[in-house]
Amino acid sequence: MNVNELIQHANGKLLSNTTDLNREIKGACGADLMSDVLASIKPEAVLLTGLCNPQVIRTAQMADVVAIVFIRGKRPPVATIDLAEQEEIAIISSPLGMFELCGRLYKAGLPSLEGSMVDFSSGDCCDDAN
Amino acid sequence: MDDKTSVKAIISDAAAEDITRIEELAYELKIREVMTTQAHTIRLDTKMADVLELMRTQKISGAPVMDQDRVVGIVSTENLIQCLVDQDLESEVNKYMSSNILFARASDPVVEALKLFVNTKVGRLPVIEDNKLVGIITKGDITRGVLKALQRDYKTEELRRYRASHLFEDIESDRTSVILRYIIKPRDFVHGGTASSNIKKALQRLGGTPQITRKVSIAIYEAEMNLVIHTTNGGTIRVEIEPHIISIDAFDDGPGIEDVELALKPGWSTATDEIREMGFGAGMGLVNISRCVDSMKLESSPEIGTRLKMKINLDDGDQGINSDATKK
Repeated sequence: MNVNELIQHANGKLLSNTTDLNREIKGACGADLMSDVLASIKPEAVLLTGLCNPQVIRTAQMADVVAIVFIRGKRPPVATIDLAEQEEIAIISSPLGMFELCGRLYKAGLPSLEGSMVDFSSGDCCDDAN
Repeated sequence: MDDKTSVKAIISDAAAEDITRIEELAYELKIREVMTTQAHTIRLDTKMADVLELMRTQKISGAPVMDQDRVVGIVSTENLIQCLVDQDLESEVNKYMSSNILFARASDPVVEALKLFVNTKVGRLPVIEDNKLVGIITKGDITRGVLKALQRDYKTEELRRYRASHLFEDIESDRTSVILRYIIKPRDFVHGGTASSNIKKALQRLGGTPQITRKVSIAIYEAEMNLVIHTTNGGTIRVEIEPHIISIDAFDDGPGIEDVELALKPGWSTATDEIREMGFGAGMGLVNISRCVDSMKLESSPEIGTRLKMKINLDDGDQGINSDATKK
């Protein structure tokens, strides 16, 4: 799935301008805890979240996230949008709630890129940058 | 979103960046730099038959017409066609040339010539300097000049990258390292993470693999946010990069951690609700860090403050910074 198709599935609106809409997304991770994201997410994922502060973009940048979808029609502050554009991370606002958005994307064939707590001790997900 | 709109968006985004640089170049480049200097000129008394011959053999579509040192007209294929229609090749060039001439100045930026090309029908402009003809400029000259300049830009950037990634190879010493230092302000949630972002970019530039770069960035980001969230006066991050190892120190002057062992337990946190609402303070930061680094040491006391030392080896799996250099 690429960013463009993601927008379509999420009924979303693209909020950033410096985005390659053909960029491929390998899977998804839904979380509001940034430490959870950093601990579990694999590279080249889309992050689905209800948090809108600039730290979401920083977290995404560190974890090689391709795109972020803000759920339930949330609109991030300008500082967040500016940072996303600067770091060339696609940000999208979707009217759907977390549960429905996850369901729709999963049904559309997007796999989960969240590592579980079981892999946690082995440190797998950090090494998994293919 | 349907296919049409998506295509349009992609072109406008990609093109936007290029256009900006091309627009810049139109102001940066001088007409002198892109014009053709060895331009063919035609004397005022030349016969149109000879003009035709010159254009055909030299594959040009126009030329300035000279009276001694002075440009008195421009003759183009359009004029030549008129002459052929009239079957009048024996006439002299001054009968068919256009004598209403626009000039470009050699010292002007290229954009001045572009304006004339856009606002008038002319296809070429004689270029003058100190009242003398020094060349000819066409739209083709501008395109070639801009392309050359873009290529130059590209090469400079490539060279910069190459130099950074070969830093450790180029410099001879018994122990070469690059040290980066960042001052972290307390409670600055807007700029928190900037140091990590800059370190990530530095590692990419130095040729770190995506895996190593990601691990180091995640560890440093967690450490940076700890400084933002928990310290009284902020702290410092110091990163030392060597070909075989990256050593990171994050330290502050207080308030210190009461029970270090407890702080290392997953899920344990002293963060306020406000911090938790921002997505932090889940008590996973130090646990995350320990997973990303090869060794980690946490020292803390209420008098001195906290120091977190982390090391990441670059040798294993041949995935270090500039692994070629380390092999030698």
